[in-house]
Amino acid sequence: MKASLNRSLSHLAERAAEEGLLDVAYATTDSPFGPLLLAATPRGLVRVGLPNQDADELLVDLAARVSPRVLEAPARLDEARRELDLYFEGKLTDFDLALDWQLSKDFRRRVLRAIARIPYGQTRSYTEMARRAGNERAVRAAGTACGSNPLPLVVPCHRVLRTGGALGGYGGGLPMKEDLLRLEGVLDD
Amino acid sequence: MSELPPFQTLIDEHAGDVMAVLRGAVGRADADDCFQETFLAALRAYPRLSDGGNLRGWLITIAHRKAIDHHRARGRRPVPVAEVAEVAIDDPEPADGIWAMVGALPPKQRAAVTLRYASDLPHAEIAAALGCSPEAARRSLHEGLTRLRKELA
Repeated sequence: MKASLNRSLSHLAERAAEEGLLDVAYATTDSPFGPLLLAATPRGLVRVGLPNQDADELLVDLAARVSPRVLEAPARLDEARRELDLYFEGKLTDFDLALDWQLSKDFRRRVLRAIARIPYGQTRSYTEMARRAGNERAVRAAGTACGSNPLPLVVPCHRVLRTGGALGGYGGGLPMKEDLLRLEGVLDD
Repeated sequence: MSELPPFQTLIDEHAGDVMAVLRGAVGRADADDCFQETFLAALRAYPRLSDGGNLRGWLITIAHRKAIDHHRARGRRPVPVAEVAEVAIDDPEPADGIWAMVGALPPKQRAAVTLRYASDLPHAEIAAALGCSPEAARRSLHEGLTRLRKELA
């Protein structure tokens, strides 16, 4: 019963996608930091959940904010999973993934788009991100935008530091931010 | 509706029950088809569902309807046999060709009338099946019946 039910379910996800009924596909994937949640709409990757975030809560939030048609459909996230694996191995410096920005709006979205352009292995200050987003004085708001980044890792908010080089904060916890900066060669081992 | 849980929750919690119901209703071989149809129909209607209170009941209702559809389609499917038995046919169409008239109704009215009188579904389940409110289902049913009465008069 169990095996044939699983077959039916994976078939169901495929048919739902064909009929345009798969509004949010998700999968979990392993990382050196613990399991990540990946979620995509037909437009692109919409949410990355870090290991310290509750995956069930993130899915409930997606159901409310994007669509309740949320289905586990790992095949839809194969490419994102593959690129993240390579990134953690130090073999990928630029993600080439379609992104759906709908979970961030206005100033926050402009901050996140600016962050998305920070090259691998480099860092910027919150002040600079605020300026790039069009309001240099909104440093605190730029920090909030980083903190509410729905696409961490892919939109590399870990590359944003305080002016003067202090680490600032990170949604996945400071040790993770340090490890990512070490991986990219910004911090020494 | 913000209170609807992610659809995957319905699958995780109720897929086994739905499959069991369908195996009972249509048999093992055809249960998978009906299972797909059931969850696709549910997925289609889900964002418009106004009451997330009894999702299991809602899914089981859809499953029953898909089983009924399946049996109807099967009834129309010709079965190859070596010899055609001679049987007297005693299955008269309802008087006045009423189902032909039902068939000529606009889609929503037709569906409401069929679900009420051929499948014996209550208003709430007709609403769930059509993906509309119970009031709208009642209205479609009423309009359909009014039209049929007028044509029969």
